[in-house]
Amino acid sequence: MSPAPNPAPQRPGAAAKTPGRLRSSGSLRRRLALQLVGSAAILASVLFFAVLGFARDLSQRSHDSILFASATSILDSVTVQGGEVTLDIPYAALSMLGNISDDRVFYRVTLDDTLLTGYPDLPVQATPPKGVPITDRRQGEPSFLTTRYRDSSLRMVTLSRLMALQEGAREISISVAQTRDGQAAELAALTRSALQLGVGFFLISALLALWTAQWSIRPLDVLTGVVSRRGPKDLRPVRHAVPTEMLPLVHSLNRFIERLRISLTRSEDFIAEAAHRVRTPLATVRTQAEITLRRVDKPENRTSLREMIRAIDESSRAAGQLLDHAMVTFRTDSLERKPVELSALVAELVDRLRPVAELKDIDLCCHTRNVPALPGDAILIQNAVRNILDNAIKYSAAESRVDVTVHQTALDAVVTVTDAAGGFPDPDTTALTERFVRGSNSVGTIGSGLGLTIAREVAEAHGGQLDISPSDTGAGACVSLAFPLQ
Amino acid sequence: MRFSRVPFAIAALFWAVFSIKATGAGSDVGYEVEAQRQFGTPNPASVELQILSTTDTALLAPLIESFLQSHSDVVIDYSELSSAELMKAVLSQDTTSSDGFDLAISSAMDLQVKLANDGFTRKHSSGVRALMPGWSNWRDHVFAFSQEPATILLSRAAFADLPQPKSRQNLIELMRRHPDRFRGRIGTYDAGTSGLGYLFATQDARSSDSFWRLMELFGSLDLRLYCCSGAMIEDVASGKLVMAYNVLGSYAQARRDLVEKILILEPEDYTNMMLRSAVILKTSSEPDLAGLFVDHLLEAAWGDDADDLTSGYPFRHYPVRSSGESAPYRPIQLGPGLMVYLDRLKRAKFLREWHSTVEQN
Repeated sequence: MSPAPNPAPQRPGAAAKTPGRLRSSGSLRRRLALQLVGSAAILASVLFFAVLGFARDLSQRSHDSILFASATSILDSVTVQGGEVTLDIPYAALSMLGNISDDRVFYRVTLDDTLLTGYPDLPVQATPPKGVPITDRRQGEPSFLTTRYRDSSLRMVTLSRLMALQEGAREISISVAQTRDGQAAELAALTRSALQLGVGFFLISALLALWTAQWSIRPLDVLTGVVSRRGPKDLRPVRHAVPTEMLPLVHSLNRFIERLRISLTRSEDFIAEAAHRVRTPLATVRTQAEITLRRVDKPENRTSLREMIRAIDESSRAAGQLLDHAMVTFRTDSLERKPVELSALVAELVDRLRPVAELKDIDLCCHTRNVPALPGDAILIQNAVRNILDNAIKYSAAESRVDVTVHQTALDAVVTVTDAAGGFPDPDTTALTERFVRGSNSVGTIGSGLGLTIAREVAEAHGGQLDISPSDTGAGACVSLAFPLQ
Repeated sequence: MRFSRVPFAIAALFWAVFSIKATGAGSDVGYEVEAQRQFGTPNPASVELQILSTTDTALLAPLIESFLQSHSDVVIDYSELSSAELMKAVLSQDTTSSDGFDLAISSAMDLQVKLANDGFTRKHSSGVRALMPGWSNWRDHVFAFSQEPATILLSRAAFADLPQPKSRQNLIELMRRHPDRFRGRIGTYDAGTSGLGYLFATQDARSSDSFWRLMELFGSLDLRLYCCSGAMIEDVASGKLVMAYNVLGSYAQARRDLVEKILILEPEDYTNMMLRSAVILKTSSEPDLAGLFVDHLLEAAWGDDADDLTSGYPFRHYPVRSSGESAPYRPIQLGPGLMVYLDRLKRAKFLREWHSTVEQN
C-alpha cells in the first residue's frame, strides 16, 4: 500500500502560496470506515439477538414438548374402575423429564376441583371464565405456563380431558411442571455461543470494512500522487486511469490545466511580442540619439543625451532578456537534446564577449578542459552562460578580472564564472533566481533581474542546477552551472 | 481466665445436647429414634454435626471415626431411625431455620430424591464429583456412596443336596420341583411396611416380567414377610428359612460369623443395586462441614484408593459401570422417576396388587 499521504493542502509549498489554509471537512477514509464498522456492529447485534431468540424459542419448544409427552402419558394411564377415576403414573412419565436435565419435577392430577394425587399447592393455570361451558374449551390442547414455585422458576403444562362418568361428565386435569435450572444453564451456554458468534462476525466485518475503506480511497491517493509529483512547468492533462466516479473531477482538472496553460502561453506570447515590438524602435531611437550626441556640444545637452542612451540601453536589454526568457520557456517546454561541446561553446562565447569586457578593462580569463559532449540544447546553454557572464562583466569594477572555467565532475559538466564584483550581499541566493528579483547592489546598473532566472531554468530543464556561492577569495561571487553528462 | 470458663462451656454443651435429644426423642414432633450415639469428644471449640440415618450405627461407625481423626474439633450426633421416620423428622422441621439436622443418610432412594425435589436439601459442589459415576449424583443434591445388591439368601444346609440356583429362573424351577421343601420357609420384605422392600419390589416389577411369576409362586408357598434384612439373615442362618428374597447383600456380607450357614446369591439375570445416599439438609447450620463429611463418604466409596481399609468403608466395592453396559448389576437410577412409586394412587395400586399376589390364603 502506498504510504498514507497527508491531506494535500498540508504540503509545504502549497500552504505557503495558498491564501489562507484549506479547511478539511474530515477524512473520507475514516468516514467510510466508521460507517462500515457501524453497520457491521448493527448487523452483529441483530445476528446475536436473532440467534439468541431462535435458540431460546427452540429450547423452550423442545422442553415444552417433553413436558407435554409426560403429561400425555399420565393422562393415558387414567382409567375408570368401578365408577372411580384412578390412574397409574408410568415410570417413564417422570423419568423422561430426568433425562433432559437434573431439574426438579412436580405434578398434580385433579378431577374437577378435587385433588387426586400430586402436589396440591402447585400453581393453578388461569381457567376460562365460569360461564364458558367446559366442552367449548379445546380438549387435549396443552396450555403452558411459566411461574414461580418453591423459590424456583417453573415451566408447567396442563392437559384436560372430559371423563364420562355415571354422574355425568367430569374434567380431569393433569399438570406436569419442571424447574428451569437446566434450561437456564443451557440458555446461558447458548447466549455465550451467540455472543461469540456476534463478536466474531463483528471483528471479521470490521477488518473487511477497514480494508474496503483503504482500498476504495486508493485511486484518490494515486491521483494525488500523480498530480503532486509533477514538475512546476508540467501542464499536460492528467491521463492516469481513474474510477468512473472520479472521471468528472479529472475532466474538470484537465480543463482547468488546459485553461491555465493557454492563459500562460498567451501571456508569454504577449510579452515576447511586446518586447520584440519595443526592441526594434528602441534600436532606431538609440542610433538617432548617438548621432545627435555627436552633433551637440553643450555639456548639459550631452549629459541629457547620455542619460537617454543609458535608459534606452536598459530598456532594450530588458526587452532582450524578456525575449530570451520567452525563448527559453518555449524551448524548455519541448526540449530537443543534441550533443553539445560545452568547452567549445564557452570558448566561443568568451571570445564574443571579450570586446565588451575590454571596454571596462576587465580581464576575461577562460580555462576550459575537454569535456565530453553532453545531451542538450546548445542555444539554451549558450543563453544561460551568456546571461551569467553578462552579469559578471556588468557588476565588475573596471580593471578587475572574471574567470570562466569548464570542468567535469563525476556526473556533471560544470561551467563556473567567478568575479570580484563584491559578491551577493544577500544571504538568500535562491531568491535571486526568481523572476525580476535583483540584488541589493544592483542600483545604478542596467538589468532586468531575469538573467539568473534564465540560467536556472535552462539548468533545470536539462536536469542540472545553478549554484551561487562566494568566490574563494571572498572578493566576489562564484556562479556555477552544472549539466548532467548522461 | 481461660480455664475458669471451661466448666460453663461444658455445662452449656450438655444443656444443648440434652435439649436437642429432648426434642429429637419427644413424641410431640412425631418421629421415633431407634438409637442415638455421639461420636467424638466434645470440647468448647467443637462443632456438632447432626446426622439422621437409616444405616445401622455399628456399620457406619468406622467410617465416622476415620472422619473424626482428621477433624478433631467435630462432634457427630448420629440418630438411627427408619426411612419413614427420617422423612417425618425432616418434614417436621422449620425449613427456614438453620439450626436443625445437617445430614440425612438413607437407603430409601425414592425418599431422598423426594427430599431434594421438594426443596429440603442444599446443593453441594463436591470436589469428588469427578471420580463419581454420573448416575451416583442427582443435581449435586443427592450423593450415592454405596452400591448394595438385592440378593437372594440361601441356607447352605437346605441346599446341600440341591443344585445351586444362579438366576430367578433356576429358582422358579427348583421351587416347582420341590414345593414341600420351600413351603412356609421363604421370606421377603413386606413391601407394605418396609420402604426398602417397596423400593426393591417396584424396581423388580419394572425390570422383569418374571417378578410377578415369582411372587405368585411365593404366595402359593406361604411366603413369610419381614420388616428388615437383619431378621431374615438370622432366620436363614438358623434354618427357619430356606431362602430369603431381596435381602440387602451388604448386611449379609457383614455377618462374617454366618459364612458357614448362609449362601449369598446375586442373580445372574439381573441384580438391582440399591444406592445408599446422603443429602445435606436445608436446615443445616454447618453446611460446609456437612459437605466435608459427604466428601469423606464419597472419597471412601469412589476414590482411587477405595481398597484402603483404614477409611473404614463397610460396603463392597463393585466395579463402576456405565449405564449403557448390559450387566447383571443394575444400579437403581436416582432421579424423578423414583418419585412415581411414591405417588399415593400408584403406591396403593401396586400394594393392592402385590398383597393379592403374595397372600393367597
